[in-house]
Amino acid sequence: MDPIYYIYLATLLFSIGAIGVLVRRNAIIVFMSVELMLNAANLVFVAFARMNGNLDGQTVAFFVMVVAAAEVVVGLAIIVQVFRTRASASIDEPNLLKY
Amino acid sequence: MNTFTAPEIDYVAIAPILIVAIAALLSVLTETFLPRSVRRPVQMILTLISLIGALIVLVINRDIRTITGGGAVAIDGPALVLMGTILILALLSAFLVAERSLDSLGDSFAPSAAALPGSVDEREFSARGYFQTEIWTLFLFAVLGMLAFVVANDLLFMFVALEVMSLPLYLMVGMARRRRLLSQEAALKYFVLGAFSSAFFIFGAGLVYGFAGSISLPEINDALASTAGETLLIVIGMAMLLVGLLFKVGAVPFHQWTPDVYQGAPTPITAFMGATVKVAAFGAMMRLLYVAFSGIQWDWEIILWAVSILSMIIGSLIALTQSDVKRMLAYSAIAQSGFILVGVVAASPSGISAVMFYLIAYGLVTVGTLAVISMVRDSTGEATHLSKWAGLGKKSPVLGAVMAVFMLSLAGIPLTSGFVIKFSVFAAGIAEGDTWLVIAAVVASIIAAFFYVRVIVVMFFSAPNENTASVAVPSIFTTITVAATVTATLVLGIIPQPMIDLLTNAGIFIR
Repeated sequence: MDPIYYIYLATLLFSIGAIGVLVRRNAIIVFMSVELMLNAANLVFVAFARMNGNLDGQTVAFFVMVVAAAEVVVGLAIIVQVFRTRASASIDEPNLLKY
Repeated sequence: MNTFTAPEIDYVAIAPILIVAIAALLSVLTETFLPRSVRRPVQMILTLISLIGALIVLVINRDIRTITGGGAVAIDGPALVLMGTILILALLSAFLVAERSLDSLGDSFAPSAAALPGSVDEREFSARGYFQTEIWTLFLFAVLGMLAFVVANDLLFMFVALEVMSLPLYLMVGMARRRRLLSQEAALKYFVLGAFSSAFFIFGAGLVYGFAGSISLPEINDALASTAGETLLIVIGMAMLLVGLLFKVGAVPFHQWTPDVYQGAPTPITAFMGATVKVAAFGAMMRLLYVAFSGIQWDWEIILWAVSILSMIIGSLIALTQSDVKRMLAYSAIAQSGFILVGVVAASPSGISAVMFYLIAYGLVTVGTLAVISMVRDSTGEATHLSKWAGLGKKSPVLGAVMAVFMLSLAGIPLTSGFVIKFSVFAAGIAEGDTWLVIAAVVASIIAAFFYVRVIVVMFFSAPNENTASVAVPSIFTTITVAATVTATLVLGIIPQPMIDLLTNAGIFIR
């Protein structure tokens, strides 16, 4: 099977993730959408590694996974803290800072 | 079976980065094993010594020009200058982080970031006189990420450095001692939008890798040179990489987080972030564009033209309407990003040195301005509303004069560094034929001058009233930072030639 279809799939996943970030209100769902975008990038790297015939892309995929895990740690810390303060995980609710 | 050959690593060339890395790891151990009573002095000394040590090694290494670490790290003239700038600005901000005599409660950071705002726990931590020391660990890791960001010569290292820089900053923004709801909200917004833009960066890197078959910046350039005609793949990939970087510098239309984060973050962290992140991100942006994408200069020039004009005009116009000093500075930072982009678009050796000069002088002014803001206080903490600054210059002439110097420099008035940097960036733009861009920049500077001068007018030409804030007496730390930044701003404005020579000799980005 032509690896180019994996690129189409990755683009689709990335778009779903980006739309999820833009339209969803719950901070956890927004965060999951960001993770989907990072994993779409992983798929691009792995598919292109196959097409280009070198291993750089596979190496990158490992690093992106580690970075995504670190981002989960930081992100959940912030989201949980905001949730405990406001008893809500909506990202529309914190609205003290504006204009 | 291929044998694995380990890449050559020039440990001397990357020693400044290693020093900060080792200090950051030691800082984690300090946090884990030392008792609470000694952590604060140990962390402070560790941070200051490692930053100064890295700076000294950097000066010793000043003649090294090499690509090492299997092509992942490029140590060249601009990289050395930018690393030095980051270290100096980080050192000056570290003094602000160490300051604890301005606020009656202690330093600017929540004693325990995990305790809920207004809870019994929080009061107890405060009553026991606990201080938070994790901020130093995060600070060192952020500096490490920035240093790595400006030397990164492949897309993977650049991405990892971007995250090592950003993740500690997201946390530091949420740790203010006072107005914690604002601070947490700023952290949430910064994190969500920051993670979103990093995803764009890495997806763009994937597309560029697909085009070039390599993640190394010089090899991407070779692939562009050997391919007849550009493809959609590389242009979209390059644009997505730029989204990630333009977000970090807060350029329109990726600026939405800037005002909230500047206002919500603890002021020492605003100073640190506002000054150093710009240096790191513009350094990485120039390396990416000039080393990897010089073959498609036409494409990125158009994008940056538009972003530059939008940032300058929108940043300046919205700043006119602000009544909060920190928020006004945030919009000013957006406008200043636009001015710096004029130099980036120029893409010439004089453009590179002009941008670096801009980053140095602007970073110093930013740290200085926020140090002054951290001193202006009333009973609820920092008084950032402009109405509380009425007559401050008459109440405290020294502080007023210092703030006036910074505002004049940001506005680009002669005899301050702001004039020299604006002039050199605009001159580089004119030399490369970007006349219309420079005309837009001059118009935006005139608009911007209004709101900078308004701060001076409010401070000196209105009478102090009962709402006027008072000026807290700083300890030696903030005094050093303010004295150093105001001196540098004036010296760079009056005798800029030594600095211009230094930056011209630094040369260009190596391949």
